[in-house]
Amino acid sequence: MTGERRPGPVRLAGWGVTLSLQAMVAVAVLCVVVTSAAVVVVTVGIPLTLMSVPWLRGITDWHRLWVTSKLGIPVARPYRPLPQQGRLARVRAMLTDPATWRDLLWVLVNGTAGLFLALLPITFLASAVWYAVVVPLLIGLLPRNLDLDFSSMHLTTLGSAIPVGVLLAAACLLLFRFTTRPLFRAYGRLVRWGLGPPEKSRLADRVAQLTESRAETVDTQAAELRRIERDLHDGAQARLVSLGMSLGMAENVLASDPNAAGELLAEAREATGLALAELRDLVRGIHPPVLADRGLDGAVRALALANPLPVEVTVDLPGRPPAPVESAAYFAVAEVLTNAAKHSGATSAWIRLAHADGRLGMMVGDDGRGGAHQPVGGGLHGIERRLAAFDGTMLVTSPVGGPTIVTMEMPCELSSARTLPSSGTA
Amino acid sequence: MRVVLGEDLALLRDGLIRLLTASGFDVIDAVDNGPGLLRALVEHRPDVAVVDVRLPPTFTDEGLRAAIEARAVVPGLPVLVLSQYVEQLYARELLSDGRGAVGYLLKDRVANVEQFVDAVRRVAGGGTAMDPEVVAQLLASNAGNEPLHRLTPREREVLGLMAEGRSNTAIAGRLFVTEKAIAKHTNNIFSKLDLPPSSDDNRRVLAVLAYLNS
Repeated sequence: MTGERRPGPVRLAGWGVTLSLQAMVAVAVLCVVVTSAAVVVVTVGIPLTLMSVPWLRGITDWHRLWVTSKLGIPVARPYRPLPQQGRLARVRAMLTDPATWRDLLWVLVNGTAGLFLALLPITFLASAVWYAVVVPLLIGLLPRNLDLDFSSMHLTTLGSAIPVGVLLAAACLLLFRFTTRPLFRAYGRLVRWGLGPPEKSRLADRVAQLTESRAETVDTQAAELRRIERDLHDGAQARLVSLGMSLGMAENVLASDPNAAGELLAEAREATGLALAELRDLVRGIHPPVLADRGLDGAVRALALANPLPVEVTVDLPGRPPAPVESAAYFAVAEVLTNAAKHSGATSAWIRLAHADGRLGMMVGDDGRGGAHQPVGGGLHGIERRLAAFDGTMLVTSPVGGPTIVTMEMPCELSSARTLPSSGTA
Repeated sequence: MRVVLGEDLALLRDGLIRLLTASGFDVIDAVDNGPGLLRALVEHRPDVAVVDVRLPPTFTDEGLRAAIEARAVVPGLPVLVLSQYVEQLYARELLSDGRGAVGYLLKDRVANVEQFVDAVRRVAGGGTAMDPEVVAQLLASNAGNEPLHRLTPREREVLGLMAEGRSNTAIAGRLFVTEKAIAKHTNNIFSKLDLPPSSDDNRRVLAVLAYLNS
């Protein structure tokens, strides 16, 4: 979108001419739209509106695209979707969409302030030519007795016209050189103000997005809690019950059959070991202790060590992200890495963590066969949903034949680097 | 044998004191926080320290850090670290000074008193005691390692027990074979992994762990 090189002042000044022509055409279209909307009660207004509103949108779309690609100021389309069928329904949708009326308002502003901004640079350029070339030529060619009044200076001879002309031209060129970009940036902001989605609809979009991600988060959390409850019920709780039984039986036979009691006690000890192992696995799934101890950096390194593949880890985090972000990031990286080890046929992998521009970036890559995809309900899709709870995003590039690179981002601020606990005074 | 204990949960601290005292150890100090532990270790220089990874004030890896710091001041100070979970990363940090006399066990292992006391004595004597789970993790994460494939299943079993810090005698007892058979296995392992053979139990374990950690 902004990949191509931005045009320099001369190209921009050239574009200024196109923009001003468009501004004038737009005013003409405005007249047609307003007229057709006014006569829409009469039958002829309906086809007229159906014709002229798309013209208007064509022009405004062109401006949005131009400002986005040439000036690097992204401007989104604010229109409501049009109904597929029914001429009347379409007309109603066009005329009741506030974006249509904002377009019209913008055409008026563009026809005045916009025109001024777009034409100023080329005016500077023309003035330079006027002072440096045209004025001396006029003085040289016109009859001597003619007294020309240039900027309240009486220039009658070539000897005085040329130095003054060159000086004024230089001033104009300097103005051109240094004001063109700011003027066009101002123009771009004018377009964004007039043609971009208004704050209200931007907020509406955001609310819709938040509602969706919140619902998913709540679902995921509920499922997690159910899983934990089930694991505790079937695992540690059951083991403790059987432990109690073994101990009780041992107590009963202690006097009569010490050998059997010994066996039961050994059994009981084994049951505690199994219960502890299950609790340990459960805790790891809720919040890995190493994450609490060492933060994301240490936890991801521990993850890399435990992976059967050789994993290269590069971490560039000057501080610690907030705990919930840290946890989500850890599980996302863990899941992607597990996927890589299981399915990709890779022989090595790498992890990169960095923080820049208020975003935590995580990249996991492997040298496997690629072709990874995100089916709904699959592991990668699950990660995407969990990241969405933090406004995070995930991008998978996995061409067939590899390599696979998963890029994840979450907006967050880092707290200042933690001082080592054992070096603190207590 | 003088022991310093670092454990913040009163229940476990009392249990460990009871267990160690009953097994003939002399618990000279029991502390419940990281900075206090570091002070006690440097001051008393015990024959062995038994330390919980997670201690106040931060409840993170305070105990581990204190143990590593104490070993920087008192090189080779025998430390047995206990934890609710084991992490390869921590095993690596404990072993990194190459001096041995370290142990890293799950707290569950305390339940088997005999084996636990044996591990404490081994660490006090300058040996190592790695939890079978640490060793299993190390072996699993090195599963793709080419030379490991060259080992027979029996040799891999012996390698695992060796990495835990057990002597040939103990391994032989555990696998119900003669010590001579174990010696043959270990020599095979060393040559297959290109490790210089060594008679010293501790150096032998460190070589294996260094290999698995590489």
